[in-house]
Amino acid sequence: MTAPASSSAIPVPKAGSWPLFGWFTLAFMVFSQWYAIATSPADRDMGDLQKILYVHVPASWIMSITFALVFVYSLLYLWKGKDSYDLLAASSAEVGATFVGLTLVQGMIWGKPTWGVWWTWDARLTSTLVLFLVFVGYLALRAFIDEPQRRGQWSAAVGVLGSINVPIVWMSVRWWRTLHQMQSTPQTMDPTYRNGLLINFLAFTLLAVYLIRRRYEAAMIARAAEMTSQAAALGGH
Amino acid sequence: MTRVRQQGGDNWRRIRAIAWKDLTTERRSKAGFNAVVSLGITILVLFGFALGPDAQVLRDAAPGALWLAVLFAGVLAFNRSYQVELDTGALEPLLLYPGARWTIFTGKLLANMLFVGLLLVIVVIAGMVLFAVKVPDAWPTVIAVLALGAIGLVTLGTFYASMASRSRAREVLLPLLLFPMLVPVLLAAMQASKALIGADMMLEAGAWIKMLIAYDIIFVLATHLAFEHVIEA
Repeated sequence: MTAPASSSAIPVPKAGSWPLFGWFTLAFMVFSQWYAIATSPADRDMGDLQKILYVHVPASWIMSITFALVFVYSLLYLWKGKDSYDLLAASSAEVGATFVGLTLVQGMIWGKPTWGVWWTWDARLTSTLVLFLVFVGYLALRAFIDEPQRRGQWSAAVGVLGSINVPIVWMSVRWWRTLHQMQSTPQTMDPTYRNGLLINFLAFTLLAVYLIRRRYEAAMIARAAEMTSQAAALGGH
Repeated sequence: MTRVRQQGGDNWRRIRAIAWKDLTTERRSKAGFNAVVSLGITILVLFGFALGPDAQVLRDAAPGALWLAVLFAGVLAFNRSYQVELDTGALEPLLLYPGARWTIFTGKLLANMLFVGLLLVIVVIAGMVLFAVKVPDAWPTVIAVLALGAIGLVTLGTFYASMASRSRAREVLLPLLLFPMLVPVLLAAMQASKALIGADMMLEAGAWIKMLIAYDIIFVLATHLAFEHVIEA
């Protein structure tokens, strides 16, 4: 059987105005960071260390969004079997892993001067670390499998099970800690800090959308190239 | 009604056949089981060296060491359970047989359950001797915790091995995928065991046992649903 080797077998998404969107996102991020830092007075206890809030909390927000995206796209792939869902889940996981990593590192940078240690087995820290490891496992699985169909099915299953596990991990780690010691109470936030945070939530969301979209384009192009070379090897044109 | 019952009977026969086949292969060679049990005990001994000879420290750490020994030894068993089929190319014919695919998973699950259950019994007895743990008053509950923990471990282990064993780098991939997923099982099983053997007065086992039950139910269902997709690809 000769398969047609045209690259039209898989629709390659056009970049369109996404590069422009990227520049806009960059400009908006610069503005929102400047705004947040300029408008927030130094914290009574933490001083200027408080400023890390504006990258740390939005990064952890992106982490939750991307995890939800991996779950939804994995389910959609298992249900509909469309390549694009698989690649969207993978792109979300890549961006998610980056932001989980960032969240952890930023948290450590904040934790060292505040708590005096880089790491503590706090419930939130520990469950974030486990989350990071689940993401890493998902990406490692994708890296180790060459056949697209198989890679899609397997990583979708791993993505769904991993997402189901997130709340369970979170609860178990919290119990593990709170059965021993009290959790620190979250501070109530002053409105002068809140606006800067909200605008950065928006900026980071735009950034995540942009990154996922561009990774998805790249993945689709790679998939199309893969299929073309496969078809050529099978005796197409 | 009779058709439903007929189908249920067919599924059950398939499950039994798969489990019986896996156990027979294991029983006839015995090499796998002996090696895995030896590894489990070796890991316990190494934990003893790492934690020092102080009896109290050893007793406190016993549940953790025990579960990790079972986990590390068990990982070998999970990949093995697909190895025989893969080596002989028997997986495809197995999939071609008529009938529901999930029965293959359930069969392997039962076989692995028995395998890991035996491993657990031996490692627990060895651990109690090596780490100077007395038989607690609440021993029936301890057995329940061990069983619930084993179900969680074996369910996810058997499921992830169905992928990892058919990929490149299966030795790395299975622990990398499996261990983070098992964090709740391990925490719950360790904490509950610790509470029950009285190593830590602050702990209570009830909440952890409920978590184990919930985890087991969720993942037995989820893996059965996902297996069809995984084994086909």
